[in-house]
Amino acid sequence: MKRLPRLSTILWCALAALLLWPLFSWAIVHAVWIPDIDACRAARGVGACWGVITEKHRMLLFGRYPYAEQWRPLAATVLILLVLGGASWRRLWQPRLALGGLLVLGLAVLLMRGGLAGLSTVNTKEWGGLPLTLLISLGSTLLAFPFAILLALGRRSPLPLLRSLSTSYIELVRGVPLISLLFMAAFLFPLLLPAQLRIDILPRVVLTIAAFAAAYLAEVIRGGLQAVPAGQAIAAKALGMRYSQITLFIVLPQALRTALPALVNSFVGIFKDSSLISIVSLHELTGALAISLGGDADWRSFYLEGYLFIALIYWAFCFTLSQVSRHFEARLAHSRQKPQPEAAG
Amino acid sequence: MRQALLRWLPQILLLALLALLLGWLGHNVLENMRERGIRAGFGFLLEPAGFEIGESLFDYDASLPLWRAFLTGVMNTLRVALPASVIATLLGTLIGLGRLARHPVPRRLCGMLVETLRNIPLLLQLLMCYFALTSLLPDAADAISPLPGSFLSKSGLFLPAWHCTPQCGWDMPQVAGFGIEGGWSLTPEYLAVLIALSLYSAVFIAEIVRGGILSVSSGQIAAGNALGLTRLQVLWHITLPLALRAIVPALTNQYLNLTKNSSLAVAIGYPELVSVANTALNQSGRAFECIVVVMAVYLSLSLITAALMNLYNARVALRGAA
Repeated sequence: MKRLPRLSTILWCALAALLLWPLFSWAIVHAVWIPDIDACRAARGVGACWGVITEKHRMLLFGRYPYAEQWRPLAATVLILLVLGGASWRRLWQPRLALGGLLVLGLAVLLMRGGLAGLSTVNTKEWGGLPLTLLISLGSTLLAFPFAILLALGRRSPLPLLRSLSTSYIELVRGVPLISLLFMAAFLFPLLLPAQLRIDILPRVVLTIAAFAAAYLAEVIRGGLQAVPAGQAIAAKALGMRYSQITLFIVLPQALRTALPALVNSFVGIFKDSSLISIVSLHELTGALAISLGGDADWRSFYLEGYLFIALIYWAFCFTLSQVSRHFEARLAHSRQKPQPEAAG
Repeated sequence: MRQALLRWLPQILLLALLALLLGWLGHNVLENMRERGIRAGFGFLLEPAGFEIGESLFDYDASLPLWRAFLTGVMNTLRVALPASVIATLLGTLIGLGRLARHPVPRRLCGMLVETLRNIPLLLQLLMCYFALTSLLPDAADAISPLPGSFLSKSGLFLPAWHCTPQCGWDMPQVAGFGIEGGWSLTPEYLAVLIALSLYSAVFIAEIVRGGILSVSSGQIAAGNALGLTRLQVLWHITLPLALRAIVPALTNQYLNLTKNSSLAVAIGYPELVSVANTALNQSGRAFECIVVVMAVYLSLSLITAALMNLYNARVALRGAA
């Protein structure tokens, strides 16, 4: 005899259907997929108007980048995604390939910027959309990383002055919201530098996010450093290694390995935080939405669909990255469980 | 002697370098300000603010000194951060327990909610919330009434208010012409920040609660069962006190994040601290001073929250150890 589903299962499923059905019906069943404003207006309130995405997708994805040249941000995005994909593949972790990855990222920036090999120069003011989000989050994380390692080491240093400086930097930055630092980048940077030295807003923002991220990454790395057994450093010292050697070859590699899943999660945080730069008027994904829909009287009423589209892009990236982090964590746990080979007597 | 030199020389060099850098930056600031004809210093906080603020707890108008504007901003930050903390904690606990439910359907539903909300930037959720509240809701004239006596529309949420001027009694909001009068009104800006902030923080708190409960070793619960305690008694007397020890320190971080995240309200024009500072900055050109004020306030809020939570943590930890 087939087992009947329990009453609670039926009730829960009914509740789930009750919650999810209106969403499904709005987003799929009654949705308008073609960029037809009249059809969209007719379906208002009943079905989603995904036509707005079809109509505006170029501006949503690439912002104000010159229309005819938009193959360049597209190529840059593909390059960055390749690097990101490669970086999450354990088998490709080799120093030579890491350097190659950095070069590819540089190539992506050059491609966006232009000005050589017959490409017209595109001012950073016109950059936008997905490639800008990716460049800013990745660029600032890479810049933050060495600084974060120094801060983490500084916070654990036996030198009291170094320790208190690192600690105050980390706690200060972690105590204030990113937006106040971004305002600093927008309004205070020009005041801090001599009048002759003017830096473009994009590098200013990248540097600021890097300075912000460094404090958070430093804490994650510090966690990794704490997990390295003290015996490791003592053994290395007994072998006659110097502090720099111990740190570089014994402690840091183990610490970073332990911290890797948490580091990936921090990157997800930076990726999400990069949306804040739309407040200081740079048109990355969130900002690009405002310029593509805000000025258009016809399509402006379908902002919600635009938001959902952007949210889907963010979600896809963050979800994938957090899966990668989980994968790293599982590998780590697995390698810990492996029995240590017996020392030959 | 040589040891001491090796120990202190690099540190002194570092400090000197830092002092040099800060001195150079400070010199540049003064130079640049002089060039633009701005006087440095915090004296401008005593001058009239010269701008209105959309909503405030205390009386405020543009003729009051600027520090009153900043104070109003801080009050507005707290007015949204405190209720959001409470809602996020309750909702987060509920979702966290939902993820541990024995039945797979609520477990999946809560899991979906967590994975959706925490992978989308808060700013985007806030903008979406604000758009929904200001564009998708009906006009005030045909406001919907979710509960008797309350009205929800494009102009916000109106609730009955308890007034004691001159007689005590309920002040019920009423639809009057094209607007709603009376009662206790919450602006769409406030509601958007409150909802987005509560939901976003709730999913992080849910993960903390789940982790905390999972961290209680099964032997403790088995021991409770063996003593003949009911499920509820086990939860209340064994799981919860032990889980709290793991939860409270992580919760502190979430409350700090929530307070800092409330600064995103500047994007939709809710007049909290950063928003007020931004207006003051644009009006007076005192970028340096305004940003210093914002940072100082957030740092003190962080310190106060951390101190309070540490006090609570000490209690929880002690009770667990006793």
